[in-house]
Order: sequence, then structure tokens, then C-alpha cells
Amino acid sequence: MASKPRTLYEKIWDAHVVERQDDGTCLIYIDRHLVHEVTSPQAFEALRLAGRKVRRPDLTLAVPDHNLPTTARTAADGSRLPIKDAQSAAQLAALEANAPSFGIDYIDAVAPEQGIVHVVGPEQGFSLPGTTIVCGDSHTAAHGGIGALAFGIGTSEVEHVLATQTLLLRPSKTMEIRVEGELGPGVTPKDLILHIIGMIGTAGGTGHVIEYRGEVFERMSVEGRLTVCNMSIEGGARAGLIAPDESVFRYLEGRPYAPIGEDWDRAVRWWRSLATDEDAEFDKSVVIQATDIEPTVSWGTSPEDVVAIGGKVPSPDSFGDPSKREAVRKSLDYMGLVPDTPMEEVAVENIFIGSCTNSRIEDLRAAADVLKGRRKAPGVRWAIAVPGSGLVKRQAEEEGLDRIFIDAGFEWREPGCSACLAMNPDKVPPGERCASTSNRNFVGRQGPGSRTHLLSPAMAAAAAVTGRLTDVRKLMGE
Amino acid sequence: MEAVSTIEGRAIPLGLKNIDTDVIIPAHWLKTVSREGLGKGAFETIRQTPGNPFDVEDFVGAPILIAGDNFGCGSSREHAAWAMLDLGLTAVIAPSFSDIFSGNAFKNGILAVELPQEQVDRLLEVAKDHPITIDLENQVVTTPFQDRFAFEIDPFRKHCLMGGLDEIGLTLERDAAIENHEKQRAAGLPWLDTPNKNRREHA
Repeated sequence: MASKPRTLYEKIWDAHVVERQDDGTCLIYIDRHLVHEVTSPQAFEALRLAGRKVRRPDLTLAVPDHNLPTTARTAADGSRLPIKDAQSAAQLAALEANAPSFGIDYIDAVAPEQGIVHVVGPEQGFSLPGTTIVCGDSHTAAHGGIGALAFGIGTSEVEHVLATQTLLLRPSKTMEIRVEGELGPGVTPKDLILHIIGMIGTAGGTGHVIEYRGEVFERMSVEGRLTVCNMSIEGGARAGLIAPDESVFRYLEGRPYAPIGEDWDRAVRWWRSLATDEDAEFDKSVVIQATDIEPTVSWGTSPEDVVAIGGKVPSPDSFGDPSKREAVRKSLDYMGLVPDTPMEEVAVENIFIGSCTNSRIEDLRAAADVLKGRRKAPGVRWAIAVPGSGLVKRQAEEEGLDRIFIDAGFEWREPGCSACLAMNPDKVPPGERCASTSNRNFVGRQGPGSRTHLLSPAMAAAAAVTGRLTDVRKLMGE
Repeated sequence: MEAVSTIEGRAIPLGLKNIDTDVIIPAHWLKTVSREGLGKGAFETIRQTPGNPFDVEDFVGAPILIAGDNFGCGSSREHAAWAMLDLGLTAVIAPSFSDIFSGNAFKNGILAVELPQEQVDRLLEVAKDHPITIDLENQVVTTPFQDRFAFEIDPFRKHCLMGGLDEIGLTLERDAAIENHEKQRAAGLPWLDTPNKNRREHA
């Protein structure tokens, strides 16, 4: 029997169906579960109260990231420094106790492997192509970059996965985003995904899983793919993925949790069979010309509020939809921006290079390339570089990138989520602007009253140097 | 989870689009290890604005919220649902919801009712002075006037909500099927199991 052509998503889904109910709801097996300190304590507590155990502790990995201060974690004598915020300390202590008591592997706050959960998963080879990966964090979509079906879940679902290693789900619709042509110089995966979200809107992918297709993605590094897939949720899609290929296999081979020997060969054979079949159909399809994309920045309080760096702050009147017009007016008021101001005239006081979107070694290299031999502008009050993991940090230091950041006036920090969501002490002060490589420019996201401009690591470095949002291409090759 | 059938009462006419979960509960409230007490932080930035609908006396303790498109977009934090429950909200009416939020709402017995924008606009108007009723069994939203707006809901979710069912309990009853899947998986894709074994061998 010739089977119906299927997409990458459909192949992964089908391989994980435990049972299908008459109403279409499926019990889906979960291969990998990542746990951090913020969305798990209530789940562990509920298991304990119900007398339930973790079904497959071997398929779960825990690491703290959201709450950890990014300042030094150990004293000169090697002892652990206490965390000042009592609530943060309690939440971290809960994970540190819960993981071993339920038999789960735990990477502690001072381990060299510690980092942002979405950096750690692929880096450790815990995240693998063709697997279902969940975590109580919406940016789990990132792991789609290695060809996994990865999505964020709430705490009740965390508890459900811990207890049963499954989730009750309905299949999503499929959406293809095909990018044709090549990205220009200075245009990065971050610019591409910001541009995509601007096109489809923050609800454009709701109910869908996105597959990113086209040569741009085939040529893109694995780290770049992780950046793109990471922000799928900002386009409303719970997951986004890219077909696993040789680049992914090379990236994963030999990593600590990855299969080895004969298992590795078998795994690669299966992974190669997952690419979308030629005649498979998508429910929705969007085609984008790569040459249309320029370095992109956000101006508002929603990730769909983006414009090319050469553009201007839009006027509310330029939007057709009355409710969007009202939202834009509110956004500009919050952001302290005047319509028609060229984006390059917007001054910034803070620079944040980090987050699960842009804190991997290539991101730090791209920023360091721009910063080398330069210094942050006098108007830039605070600039921090926060590596995505201890291993990224070590690699960067081996390459001397830490010196470049420090010489440019940046603080070189310990790994964690940091100023992306400002749960730890790294906050942007009220009314101040931040050029940020993170993923959300929501009201108050980087601290109450903070004003966020999303951009790529190279663009963040350029803004640090000039003190304004700046087209990085003007600083390249100088 | 408590069984849900009919929700009746005042509805807060908020009406904004793209209410993200950072707006529903800002990150600094997430440092808790409990599900309780988050109502204090619910919609914090909106509630700091003078004249916001949450401050109107008639809406204190209202069980329903009416919002715009794409309600609950952003983070997966279930704290958003817990904060709303703690504030007394057990239903949200909006033209659309983010996927993760609607799942989190459902797990906590909060009804997420999707209605077309025109009907939401009508309810925003009525809600200023009158109560609204959501009848889950008959899948209809009514007002004291002639309005009768039918809504769709996933039949499995409806069944769980009306029965107050514990989803984990239900899934645990499927243990044999899960075990069977695990056996097939171990035979076909054995490298998926015990990833930390490889880690030890590498070390």
C-alpha cells in the first residue's frame, strides 16, 4: 500500500501515538523532558501529594536557569555563594531537592554544563532529531532546530509527563514557511525570524506547527536554526522545526547524551527518513524572498512590531485595523517613541546579549566581531554579555571573546536567562531602553517600565558602539 | 479539578488584543513554589492604571473576563491561569487564544470561550451594566437580552470539564497501552532509552 505523503511533523507525530481516541485526541509519548526551577515545583508537589512517582526519570533532565543571578556563584575558596533573594533561593532549593528525590539527572548551578535549558539540551545531545521534547517553557520550540518536535507546556502538563511520560494532544495543522534566495551580508537568522513574525503576526501560527524550508535553512548553521525555531512561539506556533540533515548529525555526534556506536548509526538512518515527502501538503504556506530581508529591529511591545533598521517608527494611522491602531498608539506611548523617527536615531542606554534565542558561541562571536577594538558609547550605561551555558562561556574564553567584551565595556556574566525576563537581579530600569538579543518586547518584560528593542547579536553590538540603534553593515569591514 | 457547568455573573470588559502572559502575571511573581495567592499580581500593570476596569466596584469578584484576539500569548507559565483563578475568574471570552494558554486554562477548570469579534464586541457592550451567562453543556453564551451565541469546544475537554475529571488519573489507567508503546519503541528505536547510560560510557 502506497502511504500518503507526510510532512516531517506528521512523521514524528505518527511515531509517537500511543493511542488515538474517537474524537481525534491522541495520547503522545514524550521522549525527552527538560525541567527548570520556575515551572516545576508545583508539579513535583502535586505528585508527592498524590503519591505518584516519575514514570521515566531516565528521560528527564533538570537544570536551573531562570532565577540564578549571573554574578559570581562561588567564592574565592570555591564555596557556593548564597542567593540573596529568599524566594529565588527557595525555588532553586526545591529543584535541587526534587530532582534527586524523584531520580532525575540534575545539573547544578555551579556545574560547567549548567546553562539555559534550551542551550543545554542540544549541547548535551539530550535533545535529538525525530524526538518529542517538552519543557515548561514556551521557548522549547528552539529544539526544533535539530529536527525535533519540541514545544512548551504548562505545569499541569509537566506533572502529566512526569507521571505518565505522555501528553493528551490533538494534532496541529501544518504550516510551511519557505524562504527563497540567500540572506545578504549582515543579515542573520535573528533578522530572518523577526521579519517572519512581522509578516505572519503573533497569532499567524496559532494551531499550527511550522516547518521552515528552503536553501537558506539548509545552509544555515545548527545554532542559527535553533535561533529561528526558538521564536516560532512568537509567531503563535507552539512548535517550529527544520528537517535534520548532515549538519545536525555532525553537531550532535559525540555529545554526552547522544547515542553511540551501532545505536548512533541506526539513529542516523532513522533521522534521514524523516524529511517531508516530496508531495506532502501543508495546511498553510508562506513564501518569503530572503533578499527582501534587512537587519531588523522591533519598535513596539509585540514581537510582530518590527521594521528594517533603515525604516522609521510607524504612525498609528498607517494601520488599517482600528484595534491595531489603538494598540500601536499605546505601544508607542509606552516605548516613548514618536512616529516617523528614523530607527537609527533611537538612543539606547542598555545592551543585553544573551537568552535562549542568542547566547550560543556563534552569537557571541558575531557580537565580538563588531566590538573588537571598539568601546561602548558614553550614553550606554549598562552592557552585559550572558553566555547560554558554562560550556559556551568556557569556549568563548578560550577564544578570547571575554576580553573583547570586557575591553568594550561589557560585563562578562555567568550563564542563565538573565535580563530576558528579569526574574533574577538583571533588570532594565523603568523608562530606559535596551537593545536586546532576547525574544520578547512585552510591556515590563525586562523589568517594570523597561523598553525593549529586539535585534541580532551583531546589531546589539553595533548599538553598544554608537549608543543608538544602528545598521551593523555600516560598521562591518571598517 | 471541580466540575464546571454554568458560569453566570458580571464580566470584566477588558477587550484588549494580544494580552500576553507577562501582562497576566509579571515574571517577578513566578518565584513561588505554590499555586496560591497569585491574584495579587494578576494584571498588575493594567491595574496600576487609574480607571482600569478591574477597579470598578461592580467587577470585583466577577467570574468572567472579555478580551481581544490572541489572549494569553507568550510564555507557557501556568501561573497566568492560577493568578486568574485566585482573582475569581473562571471563564474568558475572546475571539482567539494562544494554544498553550488555552491548555493551561482547561487544566485548571477555566473555560476559554472563543466567539467571533462582532459577538465579543456585543458582549463588551452588554457587560458594562449587565451579567452574562455561559452554559457549557449547551455551548452557548447568553445575555439578559436576546443574545444567544453558540460556541465550539473540544468534546474531550468538555467531557473532562463537566465531569471535573483528573486527566493524569485517566492517563494512568492507560498504563498497558503506554507500556506496549515503550516496548515497541525499545525494539525499533532502542537508542531513545536511558540516554544517561551513553553519558556514563562517554565519561
